Amino acid sequence: MEHFGLWVGAFLTLGIYSFLYRDNAWYKLCEAIFIGISAGYWVVILFWDNFYGKFWIGREEEPMLWVGAALGVLMLCRLVPRIGWISRWPLAFIVGATAGLWMMNYFSSNIMAQVQSTIMPLLGEGYSASFGEIVGNFVIAVGTFAGLIYFYFSKEHKGAFGATARLGIWVIMITFGASFGYTVMSRMSLLIGRIDFLLGDWLGLIQ
Amino acid sequence: MCSLALVVLIFILTIGNALAQEEVLPPDSTAVVEEAAYAQPVLNLQAEDKPNDAGGAVRVSWDVSTDDDGDGGIIGYTIYRGTAAAGPYEVVGQVPSGKSDFDDGNTADSLTYYYKVIAMNDALFSAGVTEVEMALATTAGPVQSSEQWFDFRRINVFAGTLLLSFLIIFMISRAKAGKKLFIRKIAGMEAVDEAVGRATEMGKKIFYVPGINDMDNVQTIASMTILGRVAELAGQYDTWLEVPVCRSLVMVTAKEVVKEAYTKVGRPDSFQENQVHYLTDDQFGYAAAIDGMVVREKPATIFYMGAFFAESLILAETGNATGAIQIAGTAMPSQLPFFVASCDYTLIGEELFAASAYLSREPKLLGSLKGQDMGKAIILVSMVVGIILETFGIWEFSQLFSVIE
Repeated sequence: MEHFGLWVGAFLTLGIYSFLYRDNAWYKLCEAIFIGISAGYWVVILFWDNFYGKFWIGREEEPMLWVGAALGVLMLCRLVPRIGWISRWPLAFIVGATAGLWMMNYFSSNIMAQVQSTIMPLLGEGYSASFGEIVGNFVIAVGTFAGLIYFYFSKEHKGAFGATARLGIWVIMITFGASFGYTVMSRMSLLIGRIDFLLGDWLGLIQ
Repeated sequence: MCSLALVVLIFILTIGNALAQEEVLPPDSTAVVEEAAYAQPVLNLQAEDKPNDAGGAVRVSWDVSTDDDGDGGIIGYTIYRGTAAAGPYEVVGQVPSGKSDFDDGNTADSLTYYYKVIAMNDALFSAGVTEVEMALATTAGPVQSSEQWFDFRRINVFAGTLLLSFLIIFMISRAKAGKKLFIRKIAGMEAVDEAVGRATEMGKKIFYVPGINDMDNVQTIASMTILGRVAELAGQYDTWLEVPVCRSLVMVTAKEVVKEAYTKVGRPDSFQENQVHYLTDDQFGYAAAIDGMVVREKPATIFYMGAFFAESLILAETGNATGAIQIAGTAMPSQLPFFVASCDYTLIGEELFAASAYLSREPKLLGSLKGQDMGKAIILVSMVVGIILETFGIWEFSQLFSVIE
């Protein structure tokens, strides 16, 4: 049975990789199996984790869960066209609650914390910073300032303002370049994992 | 005879054992052990409801033992808790030497508690705390935990949010009053008309991919606003717009948005339920499905707007290979490089949120964007002033932005 599983895994892995050459029937089969199984898998997971795991088990201890359940039932009103408009209520609730809940979090983490980190003595505490640290501090301060200018939408990017915004986008692009390289390296580990499966677990060529 | 021999043997063993013990321990051995185990107690023990929290926690504080002088005399403190002053007490935590407070984060708000703190040295740690030592230890309490309405340590966050909200509401009121508000061009959004027009000319589909997060992500919400504009154009030009989604709530919302957009441009009959369809919740299953659709149906235009993760490059690279014009927008910093590399236009971070205002020109969204810009201006000024003050050691300005979690 274990060997059968290995062969199925190898068959599906190679089928997905065959897309690198071109779209073909093998890939279509693997794609359909992948989508079908994953969709079914998530239905089961969501049912047991959310409906059963959260609502059904905790329904007596936590009355608020009934509010969530009621909103869920309202979503089903879509199935009846005449009262389908009711399904907008839970949607409105979700969108509104999301905006409200995240507002404080984003303000704390994306604004306050970042501004605090940027405001620093450029020459170090008591002018004690080394040359390298001073350069680093200037890069952070100027980069953040210029980056913010790029995201200022109320003024045309012209003149000195435009030049600062261009510096900002340069800083952003250099950051993206570094991030790109870093992420590509992490993706290589996924490829290595698959090759390890094919050559090691399946074919036994590497130990 | 045998009995006599046994009695003699027991006598000899008993005497021998007693003599052996006398050899090992001095006469006042018990006193020595107690003295070694004894550690100077903590002073000024206090227990109070932990301030600025949501309840369920008591803060215990004390002055460290006089034996806790850093030379290893005290190895730590054990905190005991009971629901009556007389006990029984149970251990609720331990802290290392030098520490003079402990947060008991496992209390019930309805109960009254009492606390004791025992300074532990090596000997006491090995021998264990006896009932006598527990009885002699000072008791703090009674104390009850309770929740507070406000966390006053975060008052700066509250003030900042209030200021930003005021600016946004102020600018929305100006926009509603008919004041003309300027917004600079956003290249990616300028290209939306062109991209939809291209699909119309080629007689091909438009794909709109709203990311893989649910409606509880602000990027998905922003994506729905942009989808509305794209759907309006697609409806006007009678071009097929397809929205494959991986979340049920996003599907419901996207259907509403597309339907409303088609109605708005006078084409309600053009909307079809299967334009917006669910694929799978699985990240890579979703990516595989979209890749297949893109390769087989070769859409002229693909929009990627919302929250994306590791599937971003898989999607965008496939679209790029088919020659589709691609416009992406996300606020996920780690995925932006991939979209920048493989798409024709990319909305970077906040541009995604600004795009909805830019496209719709609705007073509410425009005013909101302008209000945020005013907030950014304040931040820019604060940064410059703060850096100058801190560089010259005048004032630690950055503490104004300190956030306590």
